Amino acid sequence: MNVLHFVNAFFGDGSHWHGYDGIPARLAEHLRYSLIALALAAAIGLPVGLLTGHYGRGGNTLALIATAGRALPSFGLLVLMFILLGFGLVPVMIPLVVLAVPPILVTTYEAVRSVDPAPVDAARGMGMAESRVLFRVELPVALPLILSGLRSAAIQIVSTATIAAYVSLGGLGRYIVDGLYQRDYEKVVGGATLVAVLALATLALFWAVARWAVSPGVRRSG
Amino acid sequence: MIRIDSVTKRYPDGTVAVDRLSLEIPDRSITVLVGPSGCGKTTTLRMINRMVEPTEGAILLDGADVRQQPVNTLRRSMGYVIQNAGLFQHRTILDNIATVPRLLGWDKRRARARAAELMERVGLDSALAKRYPYQLSGGQQQRVGVARALAADPPVLLMDEPFSAVDPVVRKGLQDELLRIQGELGKTIVFVTHDIDEAIKLGTMVAVLRTGGRLAQYAPPAELLSAPADPFVEDFLGADRGIRRLSFFTSAGLELTSEPVVDVDATAEQIAAAAAAGTPYLLVTDRDGRPLGWSEPGELTAGAVDPDRLLSPGRPFEQGRDSLRAALDGAVLSPTGWAVAVDGTGKVSGVVSQAAVGEAIRAAHAEDRTDAKVAG
Ligand SMILES: Nc1ncnc2c1ncn2[C@@H]1O[C@H](COP(=O)(O)OP(=O)(O)OP(=O)(O)O)[C@@H](O)[C@H]1O
Ligand SMILES: [Mg+2]
Repeated sequence: MNVLHFVNAFFGDGSHWHGYDGIPARLAEHLRYSLIALALAAAIGLPVGLLTGHYGRGGNTLALIATAGRALPSFGLLVLMFILLGFGLVPVMIPLVVLAVPPILVTTYEAVRSVDPAPVDAARGMGMAESRVLFRVELPVALPLILSGLRSAAIQIVSTATIAAYVSLGGLGRYIVDGLYQRDYEKVVGGATLVAVLALATLALFWAVARWAVSPGVRRSG
Repeated sequence: MIRIDSVTKRYPDGTVAVDRLSLEIPDRSITVLVGPSGCGKTTTLRMINRMVEPTEGAILLDGADVRQQPVNTLRRSMGYVIQNAGLFQHRTILDNIATVPRLLGWDKRRARARAAELMERVGLDSALAKRYPYQLSGGQQQRVGVARALAADPPVLLMDEPFSAVDPVVRKGLQDELLRIQGELGKTIVFVTHDIDEAIKLGTMVAVLRTGGRLAQYAPPAELLSAPADPFVEDFLGADRGIRRLSFFTSAGLELTSEPVVDVDATAEQIAAAAAAGTPYLLVTDRDGRPLGWSEPGELTAGAVDPDRLLSPGRPFEQGRDSLRAALDGAVLSPTGWAVAVDGTGKVSGVVSQAAVGEAIRAAHAEDRTDAKVAG
């Protein structure tokens, strides 16, 4: 009766591998929620972080927003959004995005700000336009930190996207919510294991992206 | 020509960094801005490529206000080198150097070919091309900085303390290299330093600024040393201004004597003849005529000269190429008080006493004064 036993039982059961409640389907749903949430959070956090970092302004405001964002409980927000907006994807996305924007925003801002000012000065002195200074000089050097911000946001999203199940959506949270309700612990543990594996896969993915995207000159000197 | 016309820079916090500065920076020469920390050197330099905008006055490039052309066009026509080089750590050395050509729209291959050419010009091994900045020494990085500034062949080069972060030996190498490159390319260079020796070594013209951003003196280095405008400049030039000034007097006119010079295989008669010259020491050379060392005539036995027992010849100077300063230095350093002069191949061309060097110095000063009177 240990956890491993549950894990074996869950994954060994052939019926868990197909159908609308099968692992592939739930995994796909979970990935979909996570990717949409991450894309939305990045679409907000990256540009704002890059611009504020580049111009070195608005740091205090950012810190304030970030603290506020972190203080909001995702589950509470979900319930509130559900009451206000009813069923659907939107009430799920809002708490996930609110959760993910602060790490992306703050690390991006910090990453760009902490770029050595000398090459930036040299770049301007050579006649680079501001946008080029940002994207060709600051961004490549800030990239490792920016990716680490995206990575923690992604991992938080992947683990928190389970809340979708509370408002009758799918995803891996389904197993946990349903399992708890049905007192089917095999299902609960199986769902939790899948979430953990997905989180680890996210880590691995970001590691690979960093290896591919970050210049060796930055990787080794940093 | 760059003309700085009565320029004042007041920063938003009220600091006056540059105060009604006027300078004419001649083409194809090195103009050095020197002065104590905070005197406005960097601010002045950065106003030329509009990294800083003047509060009053104007800067003219070949007669046209620098504000007349788009700022990035202006900057791409001026190489910019800063302290610690400011290289892009994510780019290889080759791509760092290719930056401005790429900005100017050259294709990658042409820009890289040009970058490779420049690596050679500034004395960087082509094996470094694929490396990243962190894999280079400080001196090498600084060379890359210079190469990057030269890549698009700009007529003007702005350099802000480019060599101040490297050790003295490397710095001397970089300075010599800059003079060599300047001799080949003939750029208009504005060079900022707080090191007066560097200013005197590199400058065709030297502008000494004082705190508060005012010009104290603008003159060629020799004139700066011989006629400092006021006590501030005199103080800034340091205590051994007289000695340093000797760098500007040639050693060509020194009267050498080769009487007390013998080679290791000298016969007893030759030694006796040399001793007859009456000097307290004889200089012994090897078979190729290169200096080995000094000896008292009585200590020398024909056919049995032991080079290890000779007194060091000191540091020889090359007559004509080296200055009176080098000759004096050679005489002062020599244990016998005599300096050794050599030709371009290192062969002894003669020796000269401290007294004779002193005589030459007095003569040079006298001539300098007459010149000044004629000119003035
Ligand atoms: N952005 C700025 N805002 C306000 N004051 C400034 C600014 N930049 C420079 N200053 C001030 O202007 C004066 C001249 O500065 P500048 O950097 O031109 O000096 P410098 O001669 O280059 O000094 P150093 O040898 O230390 O580099 C200093 O008093 C400095 O504090
Ligand atoms: Mg400075």
